[in-house]
Formats: sequence, C-alpha cells, structure tokens
Amino acid sequence: MSGESKKAPYRVPIGPNHPALKEPVMFTFELEGEVVRDVDFAPGQAHRGIEWMGMRRNPVQIVHLTDRICGICGVVHSLSFSLAVEQIAGIEVPERADYIRTIVHEFERIQSHLLWAGVAAHELGFDSLLHLTWRVREEAMDVIENLTGNRVNYGIVQVGGVRRDIVPEQHAIIEKCLATYEGLLDTLLSFFLDDRTIRMRCRDVGVLSRKDALELCTVGPTARASGVNVDLRQDYPYAAYGDLDVKAVLPDRYLGETHGDVYDRIVVRLLEVGQSCQIIRQCLSEMPAGPITAEEKLVKLLATCKKATGEGIGRVEAPRGECLHYVRMEGKDSPASWKVKASSYSNLMSWIPMLRGSQIADIPIIVASIDPCLSCTDRVAIVRDSRRSILSKDDLHRLSVEKTRRLQG
Amino acid sequence: MKLNALFNRSLWVYHFNSGSCNGCEIEIVATLTPRYDPERFGIRLVGSPRHADVMLVTGPVVHRMKDRLLRVYQQIPDPKIVMCIGACGISGGVFYESYNLDGPVDEVIPVDVYVPGCPPRPEAIIHGVVKALEKLERLQGVEA
Repeated sequence: MSGESKKAPYRVPIGPNHPALKEPVMFTFELEGEVVRDVDFAPGQAHRGIEWMGMRRNPVQIVHLTDRICGICGVVHSLSFSLAVEQIAGIEVPERADYIRTIVHEFERIQSHLLWAGVAAHELGFDSLLHLTWRVREEAMDVIENLTGNRVNYGIVQVGGVRRDIVPEQHAIIEKCLATYEGLLDTLLSFFLDDRTIRMRCRDVGVLSRKDALELCTVGPTARASGVNVDLRQDYPYAAYGDLDVKAVLPDRYLGETHGDVYDRIVVRLLEVGQSCQIIRQCLSEMPAGPITAEEKLVKLLATCKKATGEGIGRVEAPRGECLHYVRMEGKDSPASWKVKASSYSNLMSWIPMLRGSQIADIPIIVASIDPCLSCTDRVAIVRDSRRSILSKDDLHRLSVEKTRRLQG
Repeated sequence: MKLNALFNRSLWVYHFNSGSCNGCEIEIVATLTPRYDPERFGIRLVGSPRHADVMLVTGPVVHRMKDRLLRVYQQIPDPKIVMCIGACGISGGVFYESYNLDGPVDEVIPVDVYVPGCPPRPEAIIHGVVKALEKLERLQGVEA
C-alpha cells in the first residue's frame, strides 16, 4: 500500500497460528471496510533446514528425508530426488519400477486432491462435504497402505527403483478402489459444481488471469485453472508417463470457458482424480514383468552413488504442480549441493493478485484454493527479518540468480 | 479403563503445528473424520486454545515457533494435557541434527502423552487421547 495516503490503513494480522490456517504462515491484510486492499505474507515459519541436513547424509538416507519434506506429497519429493541421483550416477531404472512409481504417484494425487476438496468445503463452511470427501479418501489411503506399508510418508521409492513390488493379488484391491472412485466422481462433481452455494462462493472469486499466472510462474492445477496448458506428465514425461496418454486437464474442456477462479480450480482437481484412475488402470494392464530395482544391495548402490560426479535435475508433476530437485555430486558420500523447489513455492505469489480486492470472508477459500503446502516451501523461503517479508519480483530474481551462481561455484 | 468416569465429559483438543511436515496434521484430521469419528466420544478440535483441554503438538519446534508454542501453552486453562504427536516432536526424528530446532517439544513445554510414529496412525492418536483422558481424570481427582 502506498504510504502517501493520509488515512491510516486498517491492518489485520492473521497467523502464524490461526485456526483457519492448517500450517504456520503470517498474513497481514490491509483492509478498507470489507475489502482487502493489499496483502502481505511471511512464510518460513516451519523452516527445518532440510537441504543443510541432506548435505550431511548419503543419497540412500536422503530419500527418507525427502519423504518428510512434506507429509502429503512424499512420493513426489523422493521420486524427483531419485531421478536426479539416477541421472548423475547413470543408473537405469527397470521398467516395472517406473510403472510402480507411476501407480503410487497417481494414488497420491487422488488422496491429495480429495484432501484438498475436503479442506475447500470446510473453508466454505460446508462441513458435511468435508466429512464425505475425507471418508472416501480413506479408500485411497487403504490402497496406499496396502501397496507401500505406510499411510503417509510411504518410503517406497529408492534410488534405482522401488522397495516393494505389486503382486497379482493386489491388482484386485486396486481395481476395486478405482471402481469406487469412478462411481463416486459424478456424485462429487455434482456436489461441488451444481451446488448453488458453492457456485456463489467460488465463481469469479480469487481470479488469477492467464497473464498473471504466466508472469508469476504458477504451476500445477492453479496454472491449469487459469488456462495455462502445463503438465509435466504431458510436457516432459518421466517414469512411465512416456508410454501413457496424459493430457493436461483444463477447465474449458469441461465447462467450455476459463475464468481462472476458485471454481475452476475445483473443476481441475476433481477431474484429475478421474484422470488418475484412468492412468492407474492403464499402468496395471501394461505393466511389464521384471526386477523392481536396478541394484538390490544397498552397499553396492551406495558405492555407485559415491563414485558419481556431475549434476542432475529431477522434475515431477506433484499434485500441486511442478516439483524440482537439483543435485550435484562430487564423488563423495553426500551431495555437494541439493536444492529443492516445491510446487507451492511457485504458487504462493499468486495469492497477491487473487486476494487484492476480495472480501474478507473469501480469504480462507482463496488462500486454500492454491492448495498451499508450506512445509514443502519453508525449507527454502527467504525470510531475513519479519518486516521485509515480501520479496518483490526483482528481489526474487536477484536472489535466484545469486543462488544459481553460487551453485555453479 | 472405566467408561463411566472417563466419558462423563467431552474432551476438546487444540492442535499446534510447530514446524511439522504435515504428515501428522493430515493424520489428525483423518482421525477426526467419519472413519474413526472420535466426536462420538466428545473429542473435537477447537479453534482457540482457551477452549481446549488437550493440546496436540506436532513438529520438532523450529526456532520461530518456540515462543509461540510457549504462549499458546500458557493460554490453555488448567488442568491441561499436552500430547506430543509424531517422532520429530519426541526426539527430533529425521530432523534431529538441524540447526533450526529448539525442540524436542518436552524441552520447551511439559509433555504428558507421547504418541510415536512418523506419522502415527489414527488409531494411535485416539489411543493417546484416551491415555490423556485418564491422566486428566487423575489430575482433576475424579473418582473412577
């Protein structure tokens, strides 16, 4: 807000711990009546220094640390880290492992999107829908537990492959779960999209124009809801996606138009649940036989990683958008450099155009609409002192260039 | 466990995230939804620490959260129970060597019930709440 105005602005701080926020982040709203004039936010409240710890551990250990970057998208981080290390060490991942990775990855997307849908319903005050979506989400959690042994922080991906195979008996369990979701999808779509209240609360609320989405480098469903055709699974296929037919889900393909509002973000995420079901089904039918890991003996795997020198990048389409891991190995146990860019890091800046001019009551749903994941982001957020919490685009760019230079050594 | 005495009042919990990875948060919310439905025992999540009997703390207490954890702890009326959910709040977990930790939780505030796991299953969290109930009853001197 400009300091020239004579009227003192009415500032409302929300956070860092607030019942409407699932994770710690500090907002400062500048209000004029009911309207948000400007907004400022300070992430970095959950910074744990994961990259620093990673540089003191070896790649096999780091995979389990990457699981715990974020509890919702665990497989995303471990997968993109593994992709980067495999690229450096020249490890060829068996095809079957690629398919298993894809299946778990898509189940994660299903549970993450349902989780988000529930949270969104809760933010709108529609608690029965929250309970409904979380009840059906448990089906995916059961299958994930069956496949990986864990409900959260799966620990299934390892450098060079996966740690568990999918046996024929599990196909029936997966198939049953997919059938349930495909049957439910129409119900969920009609609950969310045909409901008059949800339509009134979400249509043309928190609009992010296509231009803003591109300029702020938003990724994932947030970008797709604004009509940006990006999806790493389609643009830069990894794991088994090269063999599969994946097209980015855009709201205009379903509704015939793109508003870039909260409603469109609901559409994109719900349709992606259906898309994930199709991908998993295709994976199951085309999954080749063979080994599930390139190197079973961890000691040998470690020796291979230790000898490796070079740099690698792993990019994965997380439920929230692109997740990127950069790793540089210099023939030592631990990586010389490790940088994580989680998807929410790219998406947080889009809050500002969305929130400006909106009503106070719309703040929770707009904040939730990008599906922020702050524990992912807070490893990297740069907060030097509490006053200077927003970094302008130039600052971000400068910091980004500096970091690149530093990584180049 | 004696049902009559234990379930004669409801237990309200307040959740505090001290820098967790979100895994425990998700499991806490999953615990509260229909599959497990602890609300039938009167266990429910509240938005204000001043309404709470139990404080659920997740995360390894990162530096910026220490002061806030203390302040929220002081806002909960006595008698209160603190439950530490997840391995990283108990010992630091995978983050044990981080430079930014002021935890584990029991070095900042007194903890009554520890629920281990990374993250703990919903059943484990409910079990922890039952343990908390028993302790709260003892603190209040309710005859079993």
